[in-house]
Amino acid sequence: MMKRLIKTTLTFLSVYYAYMVEYRAELILWVLAGSLPIILMGVWIQAAQGGQFGLTPVDFARYFLAVFLVRQFTVVWVIWEVEREVVEGKLSNRLLQPIDPVWHHVAAHVSERAARIPFAILLVGLFFILYPQAFWIPSLGTLLLFSFVVILAFILRFVIQHTFSIFSFWTERASAIENFWFLFFLFLSGMIAPLEVFPEPVRTVVLLTPFPYLINFPASILVGIPVNLTQGLLSMIGWIVLFLGLNRWLWRQGLKRYSGMGA
Amino acid sequence: MPIIEAQNLSKVYPVAVKEPGIAGTITHFFRRTYRQIKAVQDVSFEIAAGEVVGFLGPNGAGKTTTLKMLTGLIHPSSGLVKVAGHVPFRRQEAFLQKITLVMGQKQQLIWDLPAIDSLKINAAVYNISDREFRKRVGELSEMLSLEGKLNQPVRKLSLGERMKAEILAALLHRPLVLFLDEPTLGLDVNAQVGVRDFLREYNQRYQATVLLTSHYMADITALCQRVLLIHQGKLMYDGSLDGLLEKFAPYREVHVELTQPLSKQRLMFYGDVQKLDGRMVCFMVQQEELTRTVSRILADLDVIDLKVTEPPVEEVIGRVFQAGVVSS
Repeated sequence: MMKRLIKTTLTFLSVYYAYMVEYRAELILWVLAGSLPIILMGVWIQAAQGGQFGLTPVDFARYFLAVFLVRQFTVVWVIWEVEREVVEGKLSNRLLQPIDPVWHHVAAHVSERAARIPFAILLVGLFFILYPQAFWIPSLGTLLLFSFVVILAFILRFVIQHTFSIFSFWTERASAIENFWFLFFLFLSGMIAPLEVFPEPVRTVVLLTPFPYLINFPASILVGIPVNLTQGLLSMIGWIVLFLGLNRWLWRQGLKRYSGMGA
Repeated sequence: MPIIEAQNLSKVYPVAVKEPGIAGTITHFFRRTYRQIKAVQDVSFEIAAGEVVGFLGPNGAGKTTTLKMLTGLIHPSSGLVKVAGHVPFRRQEAFLQKITLVMGQKQQLIWDLPAIDSLKINAAVYNISDREFRKRVGELSEMLSLEGKLNQPVRKLSLGERMKAEILAALLHRPLVLFLDEPTLGLDVNAQVGVRDFLREYNQRYQATVLLTSHYMADITALCQRVLLIHQGKLMYDGSLDGLLEKFAPYREVHVELTQPLSKQRLMFYGDVQKLDGRMVCFMVQQEELTRTVSRILADLDVIDLKVTEPPVEEVIGRVFQAGVVSS
């Protein structure tokens, strides 16, 4: 059983890795497309020269670099894939295989990370050459913790988006939900500005949503901005469990609907 | 014991209807009206293990819906289905291991990778060992004449090769029951023959049961001992292909070459003139009238050549569907 699981996992990952490598040119573009944080970094460094934010320009530089990295590791596009499968009826074939179709998407996402990392690292190197004042090496402990939290952030992001994607069974354009959600994600996740600069009451409320754990929390850990680790980790796990439950329930309802409409 | 059993199978599903024009669109936006479509009505049949059965019917007759109920993709509105001892809709692993569905217009191979990579995924999904995998791929690619093609990206394959690769992928787990929906759609004649030959060989080698739909009658005549005819969701005929012709086309075509052209009015006297091209005439004659008509033609007219043929199957079926006259 275990052996079969390992074999299946390795096969899926190796094939989907090959698939992603086919798109290496596009991958570079996708990596670059994720450089919004770098642009925002410039804006914030300028703004921080005044010194009224509690973070120095170098802090901002590191924070946004960390945001860039977190984004690279947690990009999820499963909703567009599921939507296409449902609308084009390709899901039918997948449903006739003795494996949950979601594993194809998980494997594709994980493999894509492996194909993307070299470009992301290259970009980080380039950044330090251009802005050597910001250079720092986090401790091994920090790195390990960061890796763990990034994995959780990816899982959370994936589970949330996959949950939205199940609405494809009811509407032809489930990705509209993601687009709407993304607006909140943009402002509340810490992508546009670190949570540090939010007014205290706003920050308290935002910490009750899943958004800051997707970017601000892991990024802060990497650059050493103080965070409430226990509360953060528990929130992440809580949100994952919540969305996973919702996901499985919706999936069953969705399949009923899918078959009811003629598959 | 039959391997496929369908009893009073029905499927009704809602389809959104939209009135034309802006007003219709606005109404559609706020309040969708649905019409219940009876895709399949009260269909019953049994198929024995090892049989190859053709599933005939015009577009929208309910063939695909029936196949989807048999594979477990959709739940019947009423009636019973059993395939290989399982209730399909539960989609248990033991059931999924025994069946496959090939849809001519839908592909499962990963477009940008060689087919062999997609096959590896399937091998993992169906728990096929590496040794068995190599053996089966070798065997099937030989039967399908796909040797050497599996290492090319799928997008570089011709339509025929791609379809064959799809079939290979769908059969890697060596299913007992094959559901094929238009497996030769869009293929050229050679490729069609290739797929047909393969299906025949697969059926014989593994005693697999095959249920296939096709628009190409040649697929059906070449492969199926038995046909199911479905029209507007109802099963109209279940039996041999010859029996179908006898039942729905109790007439023959009489081709006559005359020494000189004659008018249609004159010829109509002998039978239904289907085609008149100079000295060549084609009559459609009721079977029971055949001998009498032929002897009269030979007696009355100056005939160079005369030939009696069965009408082409496509025509018969087309006529059946067009007239909707079928009453079983």
